Amino acid sequence: MERVFMKGCEAIAEAAVRAGCRFFAGYPITPQNEIPEYFSRRLPEVGGVFIQGESEVASINMVYGAASTGTRSMTSSSSPGISLKSEGISYCAAARIPMVYANVSRGGPGVGSIQPAQMDYLQATKASGNGGFKMMVFAPATVQEAVDMTFAAFDYADRDRNPVLILCDGVIGTMMEPVVMPEMKGDAEIAAIKDGKKSWAAIGHELDYAKRGWIQPGNWSTAVMQQGNEEAAAMYDNWQKNDVQVEQYKVEDAELVMVAYGISARIAKTVVDKYRADGKKVGLIRPITVNPFPYEAIENLNYGQVKTILDVEMSIPAQMLQDVSLAVKGRCPIETCLCSGGNIMKKEQVMDAVAKLI
Amino acid sequence: MEKIYARTKGLRPDVVSGFCPGCMHSTVIKLIGEVLEEMNQMDNAVAVLGIGCCGLHMEYMSYDNVTAPHGRACAVATGIKRANSKSLVYTYQGDGDFASIGLGESVSAANRGENITVIFINNGIYGMTGGQMAPTTLLGMKASTAPKGRIAEEHGYPMHMCEILNQLTAPYYLERTSCNTPQNVLKTRKAIKKAFQNQLDGKGFSMVEIVTSCPTNWGLDTMKSLDYLNEKMLTEYPLGVIRDNG
Ligand SMILES: Cc1ncc(C[n+]2csc(CCOP(=O)(O)OP(=O)(O)O)c2C)c(N)n1
Ligand code: SF4
Repeated sequence: MERVFMKGCEAIAEAAVRAGCRFFAGYPITPQNEIPEYFSRRLPEVGGVFIQGESEVASINMVYGAASTGTRSMTSSSSPGISLKSEGISYCAAARIPMVYANVSRGGPGVGSIQPAQMDYLQATKASGNGGFKMMVFAPATVQEAVDMTFAAFDYADRDRNPVLILCDGVIGTMMEPVVMPEMKGDAEIAAIKDGKKSWAAIGHELDYAKRGWIQPGNWSTAVMQQGNEEAAAMYDNWQKNDVQVEQYKVEDAELVMVAYGISARIAKTVVDKYRADGKKVGLIRPITVNPFPYEAIENLNYGQVKTILDVEMSIPAQMLQDVSLAVKGRCPIETCLCSGGNIMKKEQVMDAVAKLI
Repeated sequence: MEKIYARTKGLRPDVVSGFCPGCMHSTVIKLIGEVLEEMNQMDNAVAVLGIGCCGLHMEYMSYDNVTAPHGRACAVATGIKRANSKSLVYTYQGDGDFASIGLGESVSAANRGENITVIFINNGIYGMTGGQMAPTTLLGMKASTAPKGRIAEEHGYPMHMCEILNQLTAPYYLERTSCNTPQNVLKTRKAIKKAFQNQLDGKGFSMVEIVTSCPTNWGLDTMKSLDYLNEKMLTEYPLGVIRDNG
């Protein structure tokens, strides 16, 4: 397979097209403009549709509509734009509409800063809109991972009939790296995927009340509504059992274990190698899916051996720390190594934080 | 005996309407069903329902429908139509939905000339939430959030959506009708049919604005609400074709 040199945002868009995404709507916002721009060039080449929506709100709702027809559809934005999309995302989750979106996130609340940060962790993993729904959330640490995750995200979305989020930071979005692209799905395969959704899609059905396509983001019957919520909850439990992805790097004998995701994890990994070269027992747990979160990997550490957990995040206040704490259950101290506001985590900062603990 | 009239197949035969007595929503959804049947489009139609009383019939519609977030029906319809251009896609929206919270989506879809049909129910008030002021509320008309009635200095003036959209180049067909008389019901039926046909012919954005009553939130009985509609609403919102590029 050919390796190509691509910017993260463009690589995400190309991976989506290869996965059969044939509809994209989005609104400009830095640092993810290359995603809609790429789609605007690329989708017409494959018979797809690109729309620059009049807002994030309109864009997510266009995606809600397009995905309701069974078409693989996507949107993307950055933090405040994601907030605007949250009602629409919640509607997709409620109506069980599969779609994929990416958040190339910003450095704080409000308009934040456009530089790389990991300030949207809790929003992404716990409450991306009203109503307690959840999504599978993938956090790439390399452009290659962003590609592979985006490609797979459409399958997860279709499997679960639920939105899937690619949670990126500005480094992944704007950095150029060599990547191997997955093979383009053929027209027949894409048509078959769409056909598989015919029974529920809003595409017109023979006149029969029971067979109509009914995209219904809620219900007036409290019994039906509760049932829908219970089914969703069971699905979330299944993810926790079957779909957790985690990288455990040199943790077997580690006395200090860092937990970090996305670009922070990449930096933390180089720190592990540095200390390992000096014979220091440092390891890393990297959540690849931040929801479902790899609680088990952290829970099952040998706390007779692990002296400290170091939570490394580009977020102040720390956010993933809440999940880490849930898994550690007070069995060892958890320290943090944090930066925020668009300041990229420096290797030296992590080195110093580790040095203080070993 | 020959059967000369039957309930439209677009609505389940065994369910009683969820609308208040005298509400013209029920007239309009019946007309839409009849037109779809007549045009042989029932199995090709996708309704995008706004939030409000305009969605009260979703339980017993017998053809495909999608409930949009409040105000976003035109964006949702855009996505459906662009992804599956053979469908006949129409939005069904109230005035709070179409002209207030969804104004951006409504104007933008019209401005793009999206090949969709909008059925816009203008009853001058928020129905479902209990009679709050809408952009279309008449001056002096009382609303639960304008207890002294709409005051121009404070609330501005009623919005005329057909005329606003008529400032844009792209829309193909804009007509305002009502269901206050048998003749006007027939005219509304004709307008809906024309708007659907435009879409099937690929002509772009069509809207039928239907001036209706909301007896419940106007605080009037069925007959008095008709009088109010005739005297007040239709003075502010004159009926007729605002644009027809056909
Ligand atoms: C985002 C959001 N805001 C507010 C509401 C509450 N709400 C439900 S219906 C409605 C108004 C409906 O009025 P209108 O569009 O005029 O339709 P009608 O009921 O008169 O048909 C409102 C404000 C909502 N469901 N969602
Ligand atoms: S509240 Fe008004 S608009 Fe709603 S069903 Fe009753 S009369 Fe119709």
